[in-house]
Amino acid sequence: MKIVVAVKQVPERDAPVHVAADGRGVETGDAWTMNEPDAYALEEALQLKERLGEGEVVVLSAGPERVESTLREALAKGADRALHIVTPEDGVGSLAERDTLGVAQMLAEAVRGESPDLVLTGLQSDDLGAGQTGVVLAELLGLPHATLVLSVDAEAGAKQIRVKRELEDGWFQQIEIPLPALLTIQSGGNRLRYATLMGIKRARSKETKQIDAASPSARHDEVVRLVLPERTRQTEILSGAADQIAAKIAERLKAEVGI
Amino acid sequence: MSVLVVMEQTGGGWHRIGREALAAGRHLASEMKMPVAAAVLGAPEAIATLAAQVASEGVGVWAVGHPLLEHYTPDGFVAALQQLVSEVKPAFVVFPHTYQVRDYAPALATRVGEVLVSDVIAMQVSDGAATFTRQWMGGKLNAQYRHTGSGPCFVSVQAGSFRAEQDAGAAAAEVRQFAPQIDAAQIRTKPGEPFREAARTVDLGSAQVIISVGRGIGEQENLKLVEELAGALGAELAASRPICDAGWLPMERQVGSSGQTVAPKVYVAVGISGAIQHLVGMKGARTVIAINKDPDAPIFEVADVAAVGDLFEIVPAVTRALKG
Repeated sequence: MKIVVAVKQVPERDAPVHVAADGRGVETGDAWTMNEPDAYALEEALQLKERLGEGEVVVLSAGPERVESTLREALAKGADRALHIVTPEDGVGSLAERDTLGVAQMLAEAVRGESPDLVLTGLQSDDLGAGQTGVVLAELLGLPHATLVLSVDAEAGAKQIRVKRELEDGWFQQIEIPLPALLTIQSGGNRLRYATLMGIKRARSKETKQIDAASPSARHDEVVRLVLPERTRQTEILSGAADQIAAKIAERLKAEVGI
Repeated sequence: MSVLVVMEQTGGGWHRIGREALAAGRHLASEMKMPVAAAVLGAPEAIATLAAQVASEGVGVWAVGHPLLEHYTPDGFVAALQQLVSEVKPAFVVFPHTYQVRDYAPALATRVGEVLVSDVIAMQVSDGAATFTRQWMGGKLNAQYRHTGSGPCFVSVQAGSFRAEQDAGAAAAEVRQFAPQIDAAQIRTKPGEPFREAARTVDLGSAQVIISVGRGIGEQENLKLVEELAGALGAELAASRPICDAGWLPMERQVGSSGQTVAPKVYVAVGISGAIQHLVGMKGARTVIAINKDPDAPIFEVADVAAVGDLFEIVPAVTRALKG
């Protein structure tokens, strides 16, 4: 089974976030990481290949040069090869200048060249959180899809798979879906693996193919401006020595809980 | 030009956020000086009562009925709604941001050459132009979007962002039947019956005091710090999704859009950054006390008490102070 996993590089969770001078872009410093939901998609792909005992896992990402570190991480964890759609860091043609549809169109072009049996991606990104790229990609590729998938039940050579997807309020559902198909993976279905030293060594000899990004089409939406959220409550801010903060919290708890 | 609100029903009842989407759609329509209509999809006999109920509140309804819509599939819903949108030609299509909507609305927008502005928490109309606010960076920034495409503007609204209300005084509006053309061969996936893994043993919904823990706790063995605090308060222990994903606490202790919704007297958030998916599950708490080392953590925006500092020092000190 040939599996393409689309991953995004996002700012580290604790990266400082600043609004750029133009009020429409974000500056987050230089700490980047693999989008965590995509790491779960990669994990599912690697486990599927291990369970089936055959197949290929191709990791795909779009972005500037820095994206290579995320692709290398995926190769070190066990992906077989990588595809890098190279975009400028900012300005015309960068990810920020493309809407969801535009980004998915770039990914779709690269996936078409691979003709995989399965395309996996995370259910959403930790930075923009639109939660749409996978579903849009499926539509562009003409593939059936399922979202919020926790586990995949597949047999070698089968024409269809069964997936378990998460519904709301603690409910789940099995879906039968013919191949080729696209799945967006929910976190928590698996435990994420770490790259081993051996894996990191092996990754050096694995192929990363660079693909030129197509010129961007016009956006269908635009970000007018970015603002810092406002507090919705009257907030008492405690800072300083831990013991003093703790004493105030304890006082408040005693009053509220009645102990 | 009009606003179309796509409601969501299961088994003859409304999805709670569907009512909120209707309120958002009515608000948008009134600000944009446009008429509003609702759509409800399902098997014809299953949606008749729900359609009549919305119409009785003064909102025109499209009852989109077809036997193949009885069980939700993305293929069925996209096909039906694409036909409805091409018939109604709305300027805006408003959805509740439910799991179901997340599963099909991006494909629907793509099929008509448009995009969806998802997970909207606020909307604003000025000079006849609408902007929609959604969060970036786990709630650290609010991004305001404007639609620039030539087709309909698709928007999904987050739970708890718009107050569901009924307009009791309105004259009843009309229910119009819309029978989409759907062929069984178009529906590629076969959905199974929904099921639960096991009965819930923890009802966080009725807990009065909740100590909730997030990524900031760092390692599983550090959980004993919050367990001791919960013990001292007689509180229930809860967590944000990543803690349950890691298997450190059972999934049933998760608070948020994919877990339980809680409304305790006191909610203590320990090392939780406060992404919208978590906030929607706990913002009904009367008092929120948040402990986080990052002064910009979004959890502080909904906190009554914001303790900026090291949870590994503060939490044990609170426990000692309560016991002492």
